[in-house]
Amino acid sequence: MTMAVTKLRVEDKLYHNRYLVDPGRPHIKVRPHEKPSPNLLALTRVCPAKCYELNDAGQVEITPDGCMECGTCRILCEASGEIEWNYPRGGFGVLFKFG
Amino acid sequence: MIEEEFDAIVIGAGMSGNAAAYTMASHGLKVLQLERGEYPGSKNVQGAIMYANMLEKIIPDFRDDAPLERHLVEQRLWVMDDTSHTGIHHRSDHFNEAKPNRYTIIRAQFDKWFSRKVREAGATVLCETTVTELVRDGRDRVIGVRTDRSGGIIGADVVVLAEGVCGLLGTRAGLRSMPKPETVALAVKEMHFLPEEVIEQRFGLNGDEGCVIEAVGTISHGMAGLGFLYTNKESISLGVGCLVSDFAAAMESPYALLDAFKNHPSIRPLIAGSEVKEYAAHLIPEGGYKAIPQLFGDGWVVVGDAAQLNNAIHREGSNLAMTSGRIAAEAIVQLKRRSHPMTKRNLSLYKIMLDNSFVVKDLRKYKDMPALLHTNSCNFFTTYPQLLSKAAQNFLRVDGTPKIDKEKATTAAFVKARSRWGLVSDAVRLACAWR
Ligand SMILES: Cc1cc2nc3c(=O)[nH]c(=O)nc-3n(C[C@H](O)[C@H](O)[C@H](O)COP(=O)(O)OP(=O)(O)OC[C@H]3O[C@@H](n4cnc5c(N)ncnc54)[C@H](O)[C@@H]3O)c2cc1C
Ligand code: SF4
Repeated sequence: MTMAVTKLRVEDKLYHNRYLVDPGRPHIKVRPHEKPSPNLLALTRVCPAKCYELNDAGQVEITPDGCMECGTCRILCEASGEIEWNYPRGGFGVLFKFG
Repeated sequence: MIEEEFDAIVIGAGMSGNAAAYTMASHGLKVLQLERGEYPGSKNVQGAIMYANMLEKIIPDFRDDAPLERHLVEQRLWVMDDTSHTGIHHRSDHFNEAKPNRYTIIRAQFDKWFSRKVREAGATVLCETTVTELVRDGRDRVIGVRTDRSGGIIGADVVVLAEGVCGLLGTRAGLRSMPKPETVALAVKEMHFLPEEVIEQRFGLNGDEGCVIEAVGTISHGMAGLGFLYTNKESISLGVGCLVSDFAAAMESPYALLDAFKNHPSIRPLIAGSEVKEYAAHLIPEGGYKAIPQLFGDGWVVVGDAAQLNNAIHREGSNLAMTSGRIAAEAIVQLKRRSHPMTKRNLSLYKIMLDNSFVVKDLRKYKDMPALLHTNSCNFFTTYPQLLSKAAQNFLRVDGTPKIDKEKATTAAFVKARSRWGLVSDAVRLACAWR
């Protein structure tokens, strides 16, 4: 229940932002895994755009459309190889009007 | 194949990159600046307080046309618990001077303005271009870059890495290691719009005067962190930030923290009725002096947030970015004038000059603070704020208890929470780290 409420609130926040999504070219990928590490699991809470979510099988999935390119997930999970992180192609991604 | 040659390539059009590109171009160097955003500023986030002195050293007459919001006349430092704040406020008419010292700005707008100055100074600025690789020769010297625009190499005598805190290129090329979760903070921020008069009324401001609030306490749920609220002309920037390591360990959601801060009884009335127009997130380097990486090498220098040059204690970053960008550029201009090659040895001039500036001197002063606040985050960010709030209420509430008993109760509460030894040791360690 609380999950749903929190989710709703982030989407309400992201709704104010402008994005240019690069279709079919996600800039972040999660490596297939059986069971997420504590850091990967933490991303389901810590990602400020709530891009990471647990699926029914208990694995972490990403939908990076609302990503603000902050780099938090890269700091937590790139070194271990659990995620692959790149910037979107030039001009794509989040477009802050104020910043 | 090298497509084109420049004296210098600057990666990134944020504060440090713009300072570097402007300085080199205005000294006649052939400069190319590459920015991945649609326009400069479209990826950048700041509170934002901008410190005039460091911009004056680059563009002395910036006040003529820079998009400035308010000049600051009042600073509030708050220690908060869940229902109260206890604060130190400083407001002075001296801050209403002909050339004010601090302004609030809106980064996306400011960066566009700065970039226009860079172009006017003669640099070539290419946006919507992500640099994908630093190109090195057989002797490991950086000789140029590759971008996602075309496959070819763009060559330069020197590459200025002004790529911000994430520093993807430099870390992937092995020039420095990736920031650790305990040396970077994640900040989330919202822009709340209100009519100008309402902001002026709520904060007691006249005309372009501005007020900023910085807050620590239970708002960070025991994590090492901070909340802020800055007045712009027709908007309020408001946010919270905590160390990434703390976020991960506590599994806290930054947006939940932000909403709690907004709903705090001391903050809520200040933003009541506002329209939110943006939600942003960004990292802030917090590792201080000990996190500064190697700053130069054969054919490259690194400046600004990418070099972790950020003074978390004083909430200063953009000024260190601008200054390091300017100083790196000045070092490059000097070498160029003397026709010296951009070798590691020659580029060490940048570090010598930076060590002599406030940038490194300030960071060195606080070199032990990050570790202290990190290891004691719960005491500094929860226990003490709660104790302070209780002490203030105990002091102010008039209920017939003799004052001497009230004082004893306050002292006892501090000793109970931290023990005598804990209090003394916290005070000594804080004093040593501050010195
Ligand atoms: C919430 C928040 C509040 C802050 N408040 C303050 C404050 O009040 N006062 C203050 O002085 N500082 C503040 N700071 C810190 C300040 O914002 C930074 O120190 C400053 O922006 C650093 O400038 P920079 O040029 O080094 O990096 P950035 O401004 O981050 O610029 C880096 C640029 O490089 C570009 N880039 C990166 N990689 C590539 C690539 N591969 N190819 C092309 N382009 C690339 C990015 O798009 C970006 O434009 C705050 C920071 C945050 C997050
Ligand atoms: S970069 Fe930031 S916003 Fe994007 S997915 Fe990672 S944590 Fe979330």
